[in-house]
Amino acid sequence: MSRNIGDKFFTSLSVIFALIAILPLIFLVTYILIKGGSQITPELFTLEPNPPGDDLDAGGINPALIGTLIITTIASIIAIPVGVGGGIYLAEYSKGGAFSRFIRFGVNVLAGVPSIIAGVFIYALIVSTKILFGSMYSGLAGGMALSILMLPTVIKTTDEGLKLVPNELRYASLGVGASMYTTILKVTLPSAFRSIATGVVLGIARAAGETAPLIFTALFSYYYISGFGDLFYEMGSLAVLIYNFALEPYDAQNKLAWAASFILVLSILSVNIFSRILAAFTEKTKRV
Amino acid sequence: MEEKLTLFKNRKRFGIEKNIDIIFKNTALFFSSFVAIILLGIFLVVFFQSFESFSRYGLKFLVTSEWNPVKDEYGAFSAIYGTLVTSFLSLLITIPLGVGTAIFITEDFVPKVLREIVGSFVELLAAIPSVVLGLWAIFVMEPFFRAFFVFLHNFFGWIPLFSTEPTGRNSLLAILILVVMLLPIVTSIARDSLNQVPKKLRNAAYGIGASRWKTIFSVILPAALSGIMAGVLLALGRAMGETMAVTMIIGNSNAFSWSLLSPGYTISSMLANQFGEADGSQVSSLFYAAFVLMILSLVVNIFAQWLVKKFSLKY
Repeated sequence: MSRNIGDKFFTSLSVIFALIAILPLIFLVTYILIKGGSQITPELFTLEPNPPGDDLDAGGINPALIGTLIITTIASIIAIPVGVGGGIYLAEYSKGGAFSRFIRFGVNVLAGVPSIIAGVFIYALIVSTKILFGSMYSGLAGGMALSILMLPTVIKTTDEGLKLVPNELRYASLGVGASMYTTILKVTLPSAFRSIATGVVLGIARAAGETAPLIFTALFSYYYISGFGDLFYEMGSLAVLIYNFALEPYDAQNKLAWAASFILVLSILSVNIFSRILAAFTEKTKRV
Repeated sequence: MEEKLTLFKNRKRFGIEKNIDIIFKNTALFFSSFVAIILLGIFLVVFFQSFESFSRYGLKFLVTSEWNPVKDEYGAFSAIYGTLVTSFLSLLITIPLGVGTAIFITEDFVPKVLREIVGSFVELLAAIPSVVLGLWAIFVMEPFFRAFFVFLHNFFGWIPLFSTEPTGRNSLLAILILVVMLLPIVTSIARDSLNQVPKKLRNAAYGIGASRWKTIFSVILPAALSGIMAGVLLALGRAMGETMAVTMIIGNSNAFSWSLLSPGYTISSMLANQFGEADGSQVSSLFYAAFVLMILSLVVNIFAQWLVKKFSLKY
């Protein structure tokens, strides 16, 4: 009898803990949907934000939205080829020797480096040295800082995705006389494509919300992005906009921060949910 | 199998195709060594930039909490203390919550559909950017907990941890928002480790008459312990380096205080706040603080990896 009571107690405790664990997400998401969603207007997507002050109208988030797209694209352009290439080496060429063990260890260590350290690093390397044609804070520098955070994710998903490809496929391809690179590019990489793509997309979604590496590399800008040259100047992003405007004492700026959060969270969550469904779907079709 | 592969590769190839093959391999090799280059680069850059401050203050930097750009006196004790206190206390709250949730997901108290919903909800929580959590903490959490903090101060004010009058942002709020951020990490890793415990262990325990929770506490949790520990350490590393949400809610004050109800500082929030407009020897001192943060999180991460390797389940 007493053991039943003990068991009941712990069971309800674990149910309560699980409830506590999901409550923040439910509160958070509903609050953002209501508070942020109510700020969404067409002008939000087309206007520049007004500098904080007594202006009642805060303007829009167009430069930050475009900035986030540009900075994440730059980060992807750097991190995806390097990461996929590195993953290919680890999975296809290295034979589990000391070098590959060291690199895999390094990937895990790099994944654990605090994101603000990536910002500090790029600040010292690019921003303070003005090495990029004399420009200091720039969207380019921000993209580089983000790429450092994306790199471990991309290498890891490529490495693990390729390892799941059955060896028979490689033997078949090499057996008919294909070279190693043809085998990788035409056989193994395509058959691991879906799992790699899912991981990479999740990595991009994660990077899009990162703020710490951007606050002193890309900084922030209130102005429209008009051309290619703007890459070398300060560039706004949704994440930094939320940070800056959340700390402003003015209500109009706070509301803009909520609107930006709405857009950021909605896009990140939908990417996550979509890739989750896709992964579940893939698993089901594989079993058949 | 290895033999076969080398056999194929040793076959002679000629001309362009062979060269492309070699170029392709070396490019991949070069890209994979990028990881090492970046890691080494980060380490060296942060180390050399902090050198000026390091040679001036030495280890005294770690134990004094003067941070005065006017007098050019720097010490990071408050920030280091804040980093350690916020991360350890948040972990202390997260561990029972996260492991309890993981048990809820892996046991069959409720139908599978419900458990899967809870599981994916917790994982989605990990996808929310920390800056959004910070925004939420400022405008929702802080007002919500204000009355509770006043209560804490009034009744437990004699404990040094609650000895200051709560005024807005403080360290305790930073701890709470860290709990929200760490929960998905601990839960998902604990869930994976619990799932890896073979079914026959559970059946054996049931077979000799152990109740469900006796089985969980004496058989399943011990078997999954190393995995859970590794997850906890990864979460610790994450908590130490977490910047945005903490910076937005901790109050950013370098004045040292034992009280959790007073504004505090962490290394990362100090970096986020001051790096943009620092100059002179302040920059070097900030790099020194960044170096300390890096070493802290490196030690925790490497220890976690070692733990995973050493004690990974061998069933």
